[in-house]
Amino acid sequence: MQMSGAQMVCEAIIAEGVKTVFGYPGGAIMHVYDEIYKQNGFEHILNRHEQASVHAADGYARATGEVGVAMVTSGPGFTNAVTGLATAYMDSIPMVVISGQVPLSLIGTDGFQEIDAVGISRPCTKHNFLVRTIEELPRVLKEAFYIARSGRPGPVLVDIPKDITVDIGEFAYPESVDIPSYKPTYKGNRRQIEKAVEAIKSAKKPLLYIGGGTVLSNASDLVRELAEKTQIPAVETLMARGVMGAKNPLLLGMLGMHGNYASNMAMSETDLVISLGARFDDRVTGKLSEFAKYADVIHVDIDPANIAKLVDVDYPIVGDVTQVLEKMIPLLDDVNTDRYQAWREILKRYDELHPQSYVDSDEVIKPQWAIERLGELVGVDAIITSDVGQHQMWAAQHYPFDRPRQWINSGGLGTMGFGFPAALGAKRAFPEKTVINITGDGSILMNMQELVTAAEYKIPVINVILNNHFLGMVRQWQTFFYEKRYSETDLTFQPNWKALAEACGGIGYDVTTKEEFDAALKDAIKQDKVCFMNVAVNRFEDVLPMVPAGGALFNMMLPQKKHGEEK
Amino acid sequence: MAKATNERRVVSVVVMNESSVLARVTALFAGRGYNIESLTVAPIPGSDMSHITIATNGSTKVIEQITKQLHKLIPVYKVIEHEEMVEKEMVLVKFPIAENLSDISVLCAAYNGGVVNVGKEMIITMVADEPMRIKHFIEAAQRYNPCEIVRGGVVAIER
Ligand SMILES: Cc1ncc(C[n+]2csc(CCOP(=O)(O)OP(=O)(O)O)c2C)c(N)n1
Repeated sequence: MQMSGAQMVCEAIIAEGVKTVFGYPGGAIMHVYDEIYKQNGFEHILNRHEQASVHAADGYARATGEVGVAMVTSGPGFTNAVTGLATAYMDSIPMVVISGQVPLSLIGTDGFQEIDAVGISRPCTKHNFLVRTIEELPRVLKEAFYIARSGRPGPVLVDIPKDITVDIGEFAYPESVDIPSYKPTYKGNRRQIEKAVEAIKSAKKPLLYIGGGTVLSNASDLVRELAEKTQIPAVETLMARGVMGAKNPLLLGMLGMHGNYASNMAMSETDLVISLGARFDDRVTGKLSEFAKYADVIHVDIDPANIAKLVDVDYPIVGDVTQVLEKMIPLLDDVNTDRYQAWREILKRYDELHPQSYVDSDEVIKPQWAIERLGELVGVDAIITSDVGQHQMWAAQHYPFDRPRQWINSGGLGTMGFGFPAALGAKRAFPEKTVINITGDGSILMNMQELVTAAEYKIPVINVILNNHFLGMVRQWQTFFYEKRYSETDLTFQPNWKALAEACGGIGYDVTTKEEFDAALKDAIKQDKVCFMNVAVNRFEDVLPMVPAGGALFNMMLPQKKHGEEK
Repeated sequence: MAKATNERRVVSVVVMNESSVLARVTALFAGRGYNIESLTVAPIPGSDMSHITIATNGSTKVIEQITKQLHKLIPVYKVIEHEEMVEKEMVLVKFPIAENLSDISVLCAAYNGGVVNVGKEMIITMVADEPMRIKHFIEAAQRYNPCEIVRGGVVAIER
């Protein structure tokens, strides 16, 4: 069928089954927006900043597992989208971003709103395309979606010069893709898997190290099955919260810089690390030479470049976690679970010695209490997004995440301003679910214009602002490592949160007591409108345990014990 | 254990002919802090692919990462980390015509080369040989006051 490039873009989005596109128009992309106006195969949401559009598409992708789509114009539209691309890239999120570009004849002339989008985005996309002819456009669109979701997923940018969106060409959306130079490995090598199984059977202190790759691969059920069958204890990374399930007796907790005592000690003492879709990030490992010092390492990862990048690996298995576990689990029928009994008991004792805890207060709301309370009130049904800072770590530590894709946060890039727009994407994908963004008084302002978007499109996400009147995480480092010189982190000057939310068409709640917290949350859920819950929390609470950057995992700063708990 | 010492390595990268493929390869080196000692690129006859030869150096671990990261680039078809290879490099050197031309041509002949152009004031010689021998040739050529030296970068083929 003959059609314009702009129509092809819409047809491809429809053919890919995308229901919601997030974006912002401008000169170079106007033909595409004209076609969006005419079609009804998908809805378009006008965010109030391109960064938010990309984060929203990202949140949609993380919540559903499908490719998220964002659309922006050339020049500043594209540069505003870069943080969104980088955020998705670091966490391997499948996404296609379509950007307008100046007409082909103007490329290279410093034309109005011309910027080298493929050049800028090269290091923060899985791949990118500058479309050069109308003939290649259908194939490029198909490949973009394919590359985004296959192998190790990631964001793909398609930069389309304006004249190509006007050109007429033949459109037949390709059924399949053949890129001879791109053939991801999904099946793990059987021989390697067998060797790894032997290692598991002869280990005394094995440990499952579960990363975000298990979420991307939808491997949660298999991971739980592996743990259950072998009775091997497990630790989750920040990106894997929810995979094992909140009440799973084999789950020790989260490991890393703000991991709990038992998890970090387990990693320090294990004799066999079974890494599933994790990538040994420095926030997880601490000092590398001390990390899992006594252990052999099984490393399952779809990206060969992740394997042996940071630690030496004894049993490398390149493949999709799901496919590898499907082969591995049956080989473990005769595993002797008693073998690990002594190890489980040691870890249990560690957890009793220093449980994940905090000292609650009757005078002021503790941020950890607020998160636990959220867990009690909305629990497994809600989707939780977060921004970046202390609130993010407390959420990861204290919320009872019970299923994968319940917890959506920017782990790799650590992007403040991610949570609110990502929540919009998640809520659009699952309108029946309560979606809560746990945020701070710093982060929320970095995309607060989305109040308007949320009000206009009636996307009722709840922003719980754990308000410590500080850039709390930076303040914490200043307390510990900069002799309390609070350089540019004091946020005593505050907006009127309630008025701000209301001015944009939302609801605001000022919360200072536990009773008010419960009441505000109940009302927010009932009102079904975007809201800011401004929760005053104590200013100087620290995220603990903490492994100072570059320190060994077993050297943790631990929380004070609760009264009466000293043994 | 990975060796910490730096070693020289030659890597061949077979890529699909696409507009920005060379930029992707070099940006990867720049962005991840890897060294490029020399780089050559040319189309592979009778195909829609090109052959990039990169001489680099780094620890075993770094070289391993380089090959893996290169392989991750979508248009990269094949990465060959050369072990047993024939490696050649070319150099063009311009000498003043007043120098001892017979000495120069004997020197070039000793390094598998010769005079390729003679002008009014200059002669141009060409030598193609192993990179180490090219280095020696250039050292020896200093005696004859070369006015310009252009090295070509290595190409390699696995034996
Ligand atoms: C875009 C961006 N800028 C700066 C930082 C550095 N940073 C990390 S945490 C943090 C403080 C966040 O403050 P707030 O949102 O109030 O959360 P809190 O730590 O107080 O819970 C800052 C500035 C970042 N992660 N992202």
